[in-house]
Amino acid sequence: MKLHIQNGRVIDPGSGLDGVMDVFIAAGKIIAIGDAPSDFHPNREINAQNLVVCPGLVDLSARLREPGFEYKATLESEMVAAVAGGVTSLSCSPDTDPVLDEPGLVEMLKHRARSLNQAHVYPVGALTQGLRGERLTEMAELHDAGCVAFGQADMSLPNARIMMHAMQYAATFGFPVWLRPQDAALADGGVAHDGEVATRLGLPAIPVCAETIALSNIILMARETGATIHLCRISSAEGVAMVRVAKSQGLPISCDVAANHIHLSEMDIGFFDSNCHLVPPLRGLGDRDSLRAGLLDGTIDAICSDHAPVDEDAKLLPFAEAEPGAIGLELLLPLTLKWAAEMRIPLPAALSRITANPARILGVDAGYLSLGGAADLCIFDPDEYWRVEPAMLQSQGINTPFLGMELEGRVKYTLVNGNIVHHD
Amino acid sequence: MTGLLGTMTHNPQLNRNGRLQHLLTTEGLPAPVLLNILDTAESFMGVTERDVKKVPLLRGKSVFNLFFEPSTRTRTTFEIAAKRLSADVVNLNIAASSQSKGETLLDTVDNLSAMHADMFVVRHSQSGAPHLIARHVRPEIHVINAGDGRHAHPTQALLDMFTIRRYKRDFHTLRVAIVGDILHSRVARSQIHALTTLGVPEVRVIAPKTLLPAKVERLGVRVFHEMAQGLKDIDVLMMLRLQQERMLNARLPSTEEYFKYYGLTPEKLALAKSGAIVLHPGPMNRGVEIDSAVADGSQSVILPQVTFGIAVRMAVMSILTGT
Repeated sequence: MKLHIQNGRVIDPGSGLDGVMDVFIAAGKIIAIGDAPSDFHPNREINAQNLVVCPGLVDLSARLREPGFEYKATLESEMVAAVAGGVTSLSCSPDTDPVLDEPGLVEMLKHRARSLNQAHVYPVGALTQGLRGERLTEMAELHDAGCVAFGQADMSLPNARIMMHAMQYAATFGFPVWLRPQDAALADGGVAHDGEVATRLGLPAIPVCAETIALSNIILMARETGATIHLCRISSAEGVAMVRVAKSQGLPISCDVAANHIHLSEMDIGFFDSNCHLVPPLRGLGDRDSLRAGLLDGTIDAICSDHAPVDEDAKLLPFAEAEPGAIGLELLLPLTLKWAAEMRIPLPAALSRITANPARILGVDAGYLSLGGAADLCIFDPDEYWRVEPAMLQSQGINTPFLGMELEGRVKYTLVNGNIVHHD
Repeated sequence: MTGLLGTMTHNPQLNRNGRLQHLLTTEGLPAPVLLNILDTAESFMGVTERDVKKVPLLRGKSVFNLFFEPSTRTRTTFEIAAKRLSADVVNLNIAASSQSKGETLLDTVDNLSAMHADMFVVRHSQSGAPHLIARHVRPEIHVINAGDGRHAHPTQALLDMFTIRRYKRDFHTLRVAIVGDILHSRVARSQIHALTTLGVPEVRVIAPKTLLPAKVERLGVRVFHEMAQGLKDIDVLMMLRLQQERMLNARLPSTEEYFKYYGLTPEKLALAKSGAIVLHPGPMNRGVEIDSAVADGSQSVILPQVTFGIAVRMAVMSILTGT
């Protein structure tokens, strides 16, 4: 299959390439950008006038719900959602049932994902067996099976000694450790930020120190053990400040934020909107503003979708009992563009947060455009408005705080290895 | 940024005409709505005092008491109120029935709606459960929150307001103190919103730091940690019940120490204004948050509160049904 993508604004955040030009694809690779190679006869032409052509998006946190939670979503449905959102590489968390703590499960997931021939799936393996925080998993074996990093999903490690050993062991092999900073005891039972809204609504709360105390442990141990750390879904202003200091000291730490958290705050819970029951909780407006600023100055490297499809019945419950999470794969691009527009950030810089930067954190060959590189592309209309509603979403879940709202930026084509896997 | 389609952000208690559709919380209700409830309750006081204690305002209507959490006192007062309005009353203790068989909250509500309920009186251990039900039911069905989690207990707060008005007349000259476990108290939250809406110039909360929620001052109250300071110049004392489980998760060392520093004794009551009245939502823990000498003393209005509670609940039911 030979493809000719015409007249698009081609943006490669990694190299700084930005201009209206053509892209030529053959045998799954980009063979030319700009002028046509001699003797090129495309099977198909895509008119990308007024569209942006950029590397396929890279998402650091998507729950595909397989194995074990197929009633919430299936690999099929969520892989379609991924490419509909322009995501061509994603990492999935180990909190499936069974937990991704055995090589066989990882191989099966990789195989299932490959056979669907859509986005590339990079599993994060469980750091401890069953995510119970007691015994380490066979990380080297899991790595051979395809895990790119090791983490605890939303389960906290019960004590500092286990965290220390897990980091030391991972550092032995150079495996990155992905942790969402949260102290289990301080967060226990909480469902909302310990602020004005939880006080007003009478919701059990999670204080900011649940994040910062865990963050402090992680940073100190990263220094001690030399482990490469990725901090998942930071939520507070104080947390951002701590990461900024740690990075300035040269520690090998990276950090992401969920797309919802750079736009929403505790105020959006309104009268108990269970779609705003998220993990970590939506915090105060000041926290949200610090997340936005931290993302701008590079303290936070990447935006993730934190995609978590939840079946409708599990959301039609009182706020605290409703299952936390929101879908995000199909909102990652528009929510990133919204942040960029509100912060007056040029498009290439915004796109780096969902392409080159997360690819670097994942340590995979993705997130850039280059001659001879895989033709994983996202082609989107930066100006098209669309309403977030079930008919417009491919994910099996429709749980998002943005339901009913208009967002700007719509993915028109997604290419993986030169194949058109999505066309709007 | 505001939430979706307005459904989660507009006040779900008022219908398009600004009339009361549900009573879920005292927060956000305009003062005239609260005063109308108090005035209507005043008119029902005559009914509760005569020999034939019935009016036909809710004849033919079905009121379902949906109690997902055990309660004797509140359920009984709602039942009496509904019966005095001539409604048919069905009491359901759900904790013991369908929920344990795995039926969801909204399934239960759907089933009961199909039995032509006109009104649900809901008590639930989870904050927000009555809001969820109110959003779900058909528009002709009314929901009254009889206490949800730590969130709200509006009829209790309204009967407290009724009591205050009976003894103190003008809200605009009062200093009111709420004493005890504010953090876990739905009663306190509803009292604070009602008092501030009705124009009470100074509402105080008095509690140790372990029993106060974050940023409670944003609700419009002054925070005190000590009774001697907090009770100075106070006209109305609203005591809260202290649950024994607060000792288990290290929020308090003992009931004895709590009583010594926060329990209302005659000596501490003497720190307030001389004619101050004492309220308590019941059931009381004598010797924990209140001394018997105060509970049974001349400044206590705790038993009248219970009586007024019936008139206030009658008023809420009649206003919701438009009769």
